[in-house]
Amino acid sequence: MTIDEAQDEIVEEFELFGDDGDMRNSYIIDLGRKLPPMPPAFHTEEYIVKGCQAQVWVHTDKQGNRLHFDADSNAAIPKGLIALAVRLYSGRTPEEIAKTPPDFIERIGMSKHISSSRSNGLLSVIGRMKQEAASALKEES
Amino acid sequence: MTDAYDVQAIRADFPILSREVNDKPLVYLDNAATTQKPQTVIDAVTEYYRDYNANIHRSTHLLSELATRGYEGARVKIKNFLNAADAHEIIYTRNATESINLVAQTWGRQNIKEGDEIIVSEMEHHCNIIPWQMLCAEKGARLRVIPINDAGELLMDEYAALLSDRTKFVGICHMSNALGTVNPVKDVIALAHARGIPVLVDAAQSIYHMPIDVQELDADFLVFSGHKLYGPTGIGVLYGKRSFLEAMPPWQGGGDMIETVSFTEGTTYNEIPYKFEAGTPHIEGAIGLGVAIDYLTNLGMDKIAAYEHEMTAYGTEALSAVPGLRMVGMARNKASVFSFTMGDIHPYDIGSLLDEQGIAIRTGQHCAHPVLQRLGVSATARASLALYNTREEIDTLVMGLARVRKMFG
Repeated sequence: MTIDEAQDEIVEEFELFGDDGDMRNSYIIDLGRKLPPMPPAFHTEEYIVKGCQAQVWVHTDKQGNRLHFDADSNAAIPKGLIALAVRLYSGRTPEEIAKTPPDFIERIGMSKHISSSRSNGLLSVIGRMKQEAASALKEES
Repeated sequence: MTDAYDVQAIRADFPILSREVNDKPLVYLDNAATTQKPQTVIDAVTEYYRDYNANIHRSTHLLSELATRGYEGARVKIKNFLNAADAHEIIYTRNATESINLVAQTWGRQNIKEGDEIIVSEMEHHCNIIPWQMLCAEKGARLRVIPINDAGELLMDEYAALLSDRTKFVGICHMSNALGTVNPVKDVIALAHARGIPVLVDAAQSIYHMPIDVQELDADFLVFSGHKLYGPTGIGVLYGKRSFLEAMPPWQGGGDMIETVSFTEGTTYNEIPYKFEAGTPHIEGAIGLGVAIDYLTNLGMDKIAAYEHEMTAYGTEALSAVPGLRMVGMARNKASVFSFTMGDIHPYDIGSLLDEQGIAIRTGQHCAHPVLQRLGVSATARASLALYNTREEIDTLVMGLARVRKMFG
């Protein structure tokens, strides 16, 4: 599946909830629960992402020409949202990560439903992922 | 008891309360952070700019006279509200935090020496900790802390034991922002005064919940912020006894705080309160605060306190029925604050999921890290009441929490 297809898939999933905010939130919480656990060694200051009231961590691992992200949060909603970012960007090449804007946030109406501090947390995580992609691209060139 | 208290009529005075948030009617329960403003306060600020904006104290024209009258008139209203002996004992600042810093940087720097001790409590807001930590670091003095019990009440015996010949100052909150505990400040002051030690009362949280009489308390200093008293942001108050204020050196230098200025003869300072009010002040803020005080005086602080007491009792009981809810802070004397955790749901999730339902609360550590550490919680959700909150809103909160719980499955 291409990265664009992966993004479309997320959007389609959320369309099922329509205006049912509680269902959507339960789903987000569930996504967080299913996120593969982050190794405890990565729960350090170095991997904390600022900009979110809850604690959020992102760890990057480069395998071949792909970036793999482990992420976690001590709060459920941020964790579920981060799971979406991991699903979209983890295991992709730096080029794919760099050229793909996180359209899904707007397309699933999250910017309307989700309070600014929360979506800032998500945007901060995506910002970190894109930063990692940019530095990987720099190294390659 | 509250027959005369028409909360719906009161709500109609606060335009923001009729707005919607996330397509739901706003349920505003973050009053311990800031309170909403009645129309009269909003109008007073607008009228100032529309009708008589001018700088105060120094011009001969009518607008300046009107602005000065508004600004100084508000000082008299504050004096009456606190039952201070004299309006000159009311100093305008930006907020409670600045008021405390003013005392630490003037009285404190003048009087605190190496080896001296300053006492605060474990439940202070950071604004009544950090200025004293800074002063202690500068002077080689020591900050001592009155401990609390598991309910979040001050341990008065421990306090009495801390008082010694080394103690030079006591800073105490009248009411805890994180827990809602109302402290026996009159007793705290009496014990300190028995040793001749001055006391500063941080009334930022209590000022809008109960009548306060600085002479009855015998407080040497008392501070609060206007924005929590239904007034504008950026205006605060430092009350100080005349004898203290007169002996204290000025803090910030500039216009309005001087009597004469000369490069050769030096500068002499203005009288209190102007000695502490350098530069053009927050004129419309002071005027707006005066109008907020008019509003509260008209309702009656004792009636407000009685109504809020009922709401606090109602909320305490209603919230105790929420499965998994743990109230943090169970003081016998407590006002208008519900600080809680709910199972292992992060307070941040509680706050953001309630927000989607139009319910505004605060989550986190409430600028009071030590007290949460003491009570063994890393963060709480905090719902806090004001004079316009209703039973129905508390019910909405309880239902909102049930929905949050359900979303977690």
